[in-house]
Amino acid sequence: MIEELLIKLGVAGAILFGVLNFAGLQTWLERKQSALMQDRIGANRAYFTVPWWLGGTPVNWVLRKLGGLGILNALADVLKLMTKEDLVPEQADTFLHTLAPLLSVFFAIMAFCAIPVGPAIHWGARVIPLQVANVNAGLLFVLALASVGIYGVILAGMVSGNNFSTLGGLRASSQAIAYEIALGVSLVGVVLCYGTLDLNIMIERQGGGLLGGWLPAWGVVLQPLGCLVFVTAALAHTKRVPFDLPEAESEIIGYFTEYSGMKFGLFFLTDFVEVVLVAAMTTTLFFGGWQMPYLTPEGFVFPWGGGLPVSHLWYVVLGITSFAVKVAAFIWFFMLIRWTLPRFRYDQLMHLGWKILFPLSLFNIFVTGIWVVAAK
Amino acid sequence: MSRLSDQLLHRIRDGHKRRRMSWWERAYLPAVMQGLALTNRHFWRNLGLHLAHRLGLYRDVPAAVTYQYPDETRRTAPRLRTRHRLTKRADGTPRCVACMMCETVCPARCIYIVAGEHPDPNVEKVPRSFDIDLGKCVYCGYCVEACPEDAIRMDTQRHDIAAYSRDGMWLDIKELLNPGTRAFGEPPEKFVQLDLEAFKRLPPTPPPPPPGTPARPPQADPRKPLIVPSSGR
Repeated sequence: MIEELLIKLGVAGAILFGVLNFAGLQTWLERKQSALMQDRIGANRAYFTVPWWLGGTPVNWVLRKLGGLGILNALADVLKLMTKEDLVPEQADTFLHTLAPLLSVFFAIMAFCAIPVGPAIHWGARVIPLQVANVNAGLLFVLALASVGIYGVILAGMVSGNNFSTLGGLRASSQAIAYEIALGVSLVGVVLCYGTLDLNIMIERQGGGLLGGWLPAWGVVLQPLGCLVFVTAALAHTKRVPFDLPEAESEIIGYFTEYSGMKFGLFFLTDFVEVVLVAAMTTTLFFGGWQMPYLTPEGFVFPWGGGLPVSHLWYVVLGITSFAVKVAAFIWFFMLIRWTLPRFRYDQLMHLGWKILFPLSLFNIFVTGIWVVAAK
Repeated sequence: MSRLSDQLLHRIRDGHKRRRMSWWERAYLPAVMQGLALTNRHFWRNLGLHLAHRLGLYRDVPAAVTYQYPDETRRTAPRLRTRHRLTKRADGTPRCVACMMCETVCPARCIYIVAGEHPDPNVEKVPRSFDIDLGKCVYCGYCVEACPEDAIRMDTQRHDIAAYSRDGMWLDIKELLNPGTRAFGEPPEKFVQLDLEAFKRLPPTPPPPPPGTPARPPQADPRKPLIVPSSGR
């Protein structure tokens, strides 16, 4: 019993560590990728040195190189946020004002506990799933937690005692309603295709092949329209450019205007965690999760004949790596979108959400339904 | 009324009218893809070039347009108007004859001259003090144009003018005769009055850098070589 608990804790800790690292490194990615896209150099100055009893010259050499790459700016950010004064406006409710960022980040991180990051490890007689909680309706669980996270944002806007923040919170809520519907409805097609809400089974069924095994049976192949609608709605869910109406820091005032220090840092973190969450969900639902094309538990089986046996350890390692690479690629892609497209106007946002994405996702359900029935 | 101007006017008036978008443009997704392709191309090109620079390849193809001031300094234009200096005669005294032309023409009124008598009757006058308040100066160059004696020039190639206070922007006659002698952050002296003998005792002025090459900014690490990128950036 205690062993089970320790193993579960270990898995949860590892997943949390991975998620927070992916989120934290996004500040670095955001700086450097935008710099490369805009022919700039980007952050390359922040670094620190350690005295000799902490390693001295060789460590300093590495730190200098890391600083040249701009990675240490993430540390400098955290240091700044930690040491900043925590201001609570006079008209704000201190308890709710503190609760809002915690709610926001809590639900964003909680959503990861239903996402499998790799194949189950068979260790002797014991089976260790690489998933914190094996929820049989995992898809609904993730969607629910992702939606509840918006309460933190609305709360932050409402209790700040600032009308502009309140408006930002209201914009966030109306945007969330407009896009959560398309987000949920676009996934019905996937559920119809694979016939399950369990993310583990869904990933297993994506491991099959199409066209005589040449094409992996990933969601994006079976549900291209659903994937497009989902990615668009999910981008809107992360509240980043081009859907950053709730904050819109450069023009209109957002919901976290009255936050400073680490409370603001938590909102900041929430955004990045949500990007990771959305990338993980896109990977899980549409890009085969931890599945690798042509990789079965026995080894690689190529459709052109031949194969390559792999041990169970390598199978697990390849699965986790595949998942991490896919998530990283999607984070990169979302960052590319974030630094390319301009922000939507508010009416354009609503138009896209209600009049384009929602009907498209309904159409997707219709076509998928006919196809599923006809295929039977 | 001419036909051409009418046409031009019509064009200008119609200019603000929004063009009707084609079906392709209204679909929005192709335009998004085009934009993503453009930024994507820049990303991979620059990433490849940065990596190649690390390996010592393609050093002449820049991967970024950034000048890393103050380690790197931009090549200045040959006719750039930079900080002022007063030119000297062979014996070290200023060429200025305190005619007050520059002080009069200055639109910002940032030049302050106190004139004194020169022993040579052909020169008549010499400035006892010559001060410029750079906080007011607009770098119009009228003082240089107005000077009949070629006594004031704006060719020190110094444009790194910064100070912690308004007083720090003040240049007295010693600094103007020997640009760059006052250390950054050192409190300035205002209206320093010097006589002819004192002018001769001032240290000799190094010649200003040739036009186009920038002076080293004050904070740059003197151990590092100053990189002046070639033109074409």
